[in-house]
Amino acid sequence: MRDTFARTLYQVAKKRSNVFIVVADISPAGSMAPFREEFPDHFINVGVAEQTMISLCAGLALRGCTAFAYTIATFSIYRPFEQVRIDLCYQNLPVTVVGIGGGVSYSTLGGTHHAQEDIAVVGAIPNMAVIAPCDPLETEAATWVCAERNGPTYLRLGKAGEPNLTGDAPEPFEFGKVRKIKEGRDVCIIAYGPIMKMAFEVAEKLERDEQRSVAIYSAHTVKPLDTAGIKRILDNFETVAVVEEHSVRGSLGGQVKQLAWDVRANCKLLTFSLRDEFIHQFGSQRDMWTAHGLTPEIIYDAIVAGS
Amino acid sequence: MKEDTLAKTFDAAASKRRCRKFRRRILDISQTVSALHAAGAFSCLEIVDSIYFGLMQRDDEGRLTDTFLLSKGHGSLAQYVVLEELGILPREELDNFCKPGCILGTHPDFGIPGIEAATGSLGHGLPITVGMALADKVQGIDRTVYVVLSDGELQEGSVWEAMMIAPTLGIKNLVAVVDLNDFQSLGRTSETHPNFYPVLDKVSAFGWETVEVDGHDQQAIFDAVSSRLGGAPMMVIARTVKGKGVSYMENVPIWHYRSPSPEEYQQALLELAGEEEA
Repeated sequence: MRDTFARTLYQVAKKRSNVFIVVADISPAGSMAPFREEFPDHFINVGVAEQTMISLCAGLALRGCTAFAYTIATFSIYRPFEQVRIDLCYQNLPVTVVGIGGGVSYSTLGGTHHAQEDIAVVGAIPNMAVIAPCDPLETEAATWVCAERNGPTYLRLGKAGEPNLTGDAPEPFEFGKVRKIKEGRDVCIIAYGPIMKMAFEVAEKLERDEQRSVAIYSAHTVKPLDTAGIKRILDNFETVAVVEEHSVRGSLGGQVKQLAWDVRANCKLLTFSLRDEFIHQFGSQRDMWTAHGLTPEIIYDAIVAGS
Repeated sequence: MKEDTLAKTFDAAASKRRCRKFRRRILDISQTVSALHAAGAFSCLEIVDSIYFGLMQRDDEGRLTDTFLLSKGHGSLAQYVVLEELGILPREELDNFCKPGCILGTHPDFGIPGIEAATGSLGHGLPITVGMALADKVQGIDRTVYVVLSDGELQEGSVWEAMMIAPTLGIKNLVAVVDLNDFQSLGRTSETHPNFYPVLDKVSAFGWETVEVDGHDQQAIFDAVSSRLGGAPMMVIARTVKGKGVSYMENVPIWHYRSPSPEEYQQALLELAGEEEA
């Protein structure tokens, strides 16, 4: 996703004038080279200074430029939170905050680098949109959306060399719309971000062992949420499961449950998210998911038991 | 440098007359609200006036083409009265300051005529103006960005982040003025942060062109900025008096926020009138 973002940003800069990327001593190194070579004045490294990264982007946007702020997800919003809130969101400026390694991607770096409640925090700010693509293909589409939006966006990316999952998706990527990426009739799994691959693993096992037809939807635009699309899913499936790499607090799962109540949904609704706790463990990203109670087996068993 | 395009004929006497008028206007407004930051506005009035009327470039039709940002947003009245004088803000809006339906509140809001960004939370203005100046530099636009900060504001780390990076980015079209009135909400800055002084040395060490002036001497401000070398961003350390112009407000912390009573208001008007005759 990281490299796809850098490559796409280069394409954006070739097509539009005044596209800037402002980084805080973190960069998609090699893949950023074409951009840096062709637009050296538009690649700005402010150093380890995240507050200035955000405010400087606001200044660029106030001059009509398209600005991307880029660093590790935790540092992109927690450290400069007030700059994000006032300079970008209050003023509703077209700046994209790119949080690389959202969720627990930085699995060996420890809790200081886990952005597990980032969407709740940043999504609570008026005007802010949140996009969390599940694969490189969605990252490409999302980067274009960010460049063309007239307001602030938090683009939450993985960084672990995610595989493409949406190449055969029956529906296209559209900002603000949940997107069917796999057909199915009985069970629907809604997910976003790199944990989407776990949704596919669960679906495969349900289809193989339980003969259940499983649809998968990508809720890449977590805010503004496609409430009409979610309601349709709640109407059309007997079992709906939300799987996400984000704290249960301020989660997509919680919002889907709220919608289910509003529409008096009759489906079985299950939600799977990160725990509302800091974990003190290291390993792979999948080890972190496991430590938070997120495994394909747990999700599979819950869906089978609940259906 | 574009000294040739600066208004060489800055009339400091006219500026003094304007500033007396501005103080009266702010005192008038003070009688319509229970609280306003009169003292913080009084300390930066001469700075704001000399930037708008002396330093900022205008196009052939007299419209301002440079940018001004009041990073110390609580001094908003100093900017509002100047914008009123320039015809950018309508009189009715100042008359209704902080009233329902009025666009003017204690802190400058984004979207108001003449206001470039929402300020009020300290430490945002300098990095925002670094971004503006960078955009102008990269796009080859001849424009200077002026930003006014408070001395208490310099305690925000974000100011020093921006101070560190601006010269490195090759920014020269940025002039920051620090309203060094030696007061923050809870007392004298020189007492809460004695190691902060001398400020000028610290800013110089970050690669800025620096100068220290009397912040109530319009001619000195104008001369210092218009004669700058221009090889780096400039920071003017302007020594000021909080509450300047009204004896009982000067250097008295309560006037950071308080509005004068009707009697105090009358006394202040008399003092300003006396200054005019003197």
